[in-house]
Amino acid sequence: MTEVKPVLMQGNVACAEGAITAGVRFYAGYPITPSTEIAEHMAERLPQVGGVFIQMEDEIAGIAAVIGASVGGMRALTATSGPGFSLKQENIGYAIMAEIPCVIVNVQRMGPSTGIPTAPAQGDVMQARWGTHGDHPIVVFSPASVYETFYLTIAAVNLSQKLRQPVILLMDEVVGHMREKVLIPEVGKLLVEKASDEIPPDWKPYDDKGLAPLVPFGSGHYYHVTGLFHDESGFPSGDPAVVSRSLERLHGKLEKYRHEVTFTSYIGHKEPRVAIVTYGCTVRSARAAIKKAYWQNRWPVGLLSLQTIWPFPAKEVEALARQVEMIMVPEMNMGQLVGEVERYSRGRAEVVPLNRYDGEMITPDQIFDQLRRWFA
Amino acid sequence: MGSRQEILLTGSGGQGLILAAIILAEAAVDDNKNVVQTQSYGPEARGGASMAGVIIDVDAIEYPKVTRPTLLLAMNEASYRKYLPKVVPGGLVIVDSTFVAGPFPGDYRVLPLPITRLAREKLGREVVANMVALGAINAAAALVNREILKNCILQRAPKGSGEINQQAFELGYRLYHQGMEPDRGLSAQTTQ
Repeated sequence: MTEVKPVLMQGNVACAEGAITAGVRFYAGYPITPSTEIAEHMAERLPQVGGVFIQMEDEIAGIAAVIGASVGGMRALTATSGPGFSLKQENIGYAIMAEIPCVIVNVQRMGPSTGIPTAPAQGDVMQARWGTHGDHPIVVFSPASVYETFYLTIAAVNLSQKLRQPVILLMDEVVGHMREKVLIPEVGKLLVEKASDEIPPDWKPYDDKGLAPLVPFGSGHYYHVTGLFHDESGFPSGDPAVVSRSLERLHGKLEKYRHEVTFTSYIGHKEPRVAIVTYGCTVRSARAAIKKAYWQNRWPVGLLSLQTIWPFPAKEVEALARQVEMIMVPEMNMGQLVGEVERYSRGRAEVVPLNRYDGEMITPDQIFDQLRRWFA
Repeated sequence: MGSRQEILLTGSGGQGLILAAIILAEAAVDDNKNVVQTQSYGPEARGGASMAGVIIDVDAIEYPKVTRPTLLLAMNEASYRKYLPKVVPGGLVIVDSTFVAGPFPGDYRVLPLPITRLAREKLGREVVANMVALGAINAAAALVNREILKNCILQRAPKGSGEINQQAFELGYRLYHQGMEPDRGLSAQTTQ
């Protein structure tokens, strides 16, 4: 086995490298702080691997081109931040409805509106879930480190292909701009799932039976792509039976493959009395607080960090709520995911938010002080 | 936790502080240490407040931001005033006396060095002041292996400027070792 040399890498660059490793060969977007380095790096790297980079006229065109490239058979990704993410919502809904795989990266900055371009926040949690209209399913990953950014980007591309479903990588300014030491495995060692190339003889673009592969336009199969409700062939239908079956199938995909979509990790006491549930860069603060509270002071505390935030890891949080008296939810917003934690705690544990919304990270001391008050 | 070193490089946009932080962090990786580098800056590319942090540790680094610097570099007056109170007791503060007039209170280990002025006078290029500062920092705190750091400067420097950046780095070392009155004897050691 050859040794892999550690390198210093930025979160945004890790996202771009992860995308290329996962076979992304098309990027279209409009640069926006704090996501710009993703576009910059893709502009440099894609031509080297035979890919295509296009700087579009605006954010909407960026996602539209990505959807088009994907229907054409390319693995495609775009990156943006809050203001651009708002603009992309309509087309994200279209990709969900038409079942076109694509990855949308949102490196969150302080909002609402143009907010503070260079300050971190976690204000787009609910927008990532419900930003586009209609009763849709969505997959959202939230990395806490440069390495997590790398492998969650790969997971996002692969799952997006497999489920024919847009996947959102919800980063934040801290993780996007942070540089840290990482060990990037050789490409050959990574399990990069290939989208199925096998076309069943009775192939229909929107088959009910399982996960029908997306057959690229121009490869000889004639089908229809629309945002309207449609039957198996892709042609519009208003038949109530077709409509309900289509929507159930869209949601059903994520339920059926929940185990492949849900990434969480736990550190701390085996039988905790208090737990922290968090995601993104705030995991870093929580881990530092756990080191002090559990490893140094032996308090019965634990940390459930969520790499997947949507579909919400309900089972994991429900199980945790059975064990503990209190769940603390630190977030860099005025309280978004805490509502879901509360919902799935079902009153079994007290759910306490810890919010910060001044453009600065929550510090380990803020979390530790809250823990100390509980144990005092 | 005792091995955690928090270095804060502060000044204004355009002084190359973020680049200096990246080079220091790359050298730390090559020197087999754990490292996280972060930055904070305003919307302006030049002239606004700029701050870059580097955390070097043998343990895993969780919280990535510098909160209590063990070493502060201040390349302008505003950042000197802003960040000085955050430095840990006994921490080292290196100040570019080209831009910071003082006063330098005795309860910190403040070391005023004419970083930018010397970059201009000895090397004819103010832009390499960041590498002079990096030399002085590493001379003072021995954060990473000197040769590894020097090599990282060469890797990162724009084509054709590797040599002058390395000279600037060495100038920083001499500046630190000669203390607050660097002009004394310095010309004898500088070939230019």
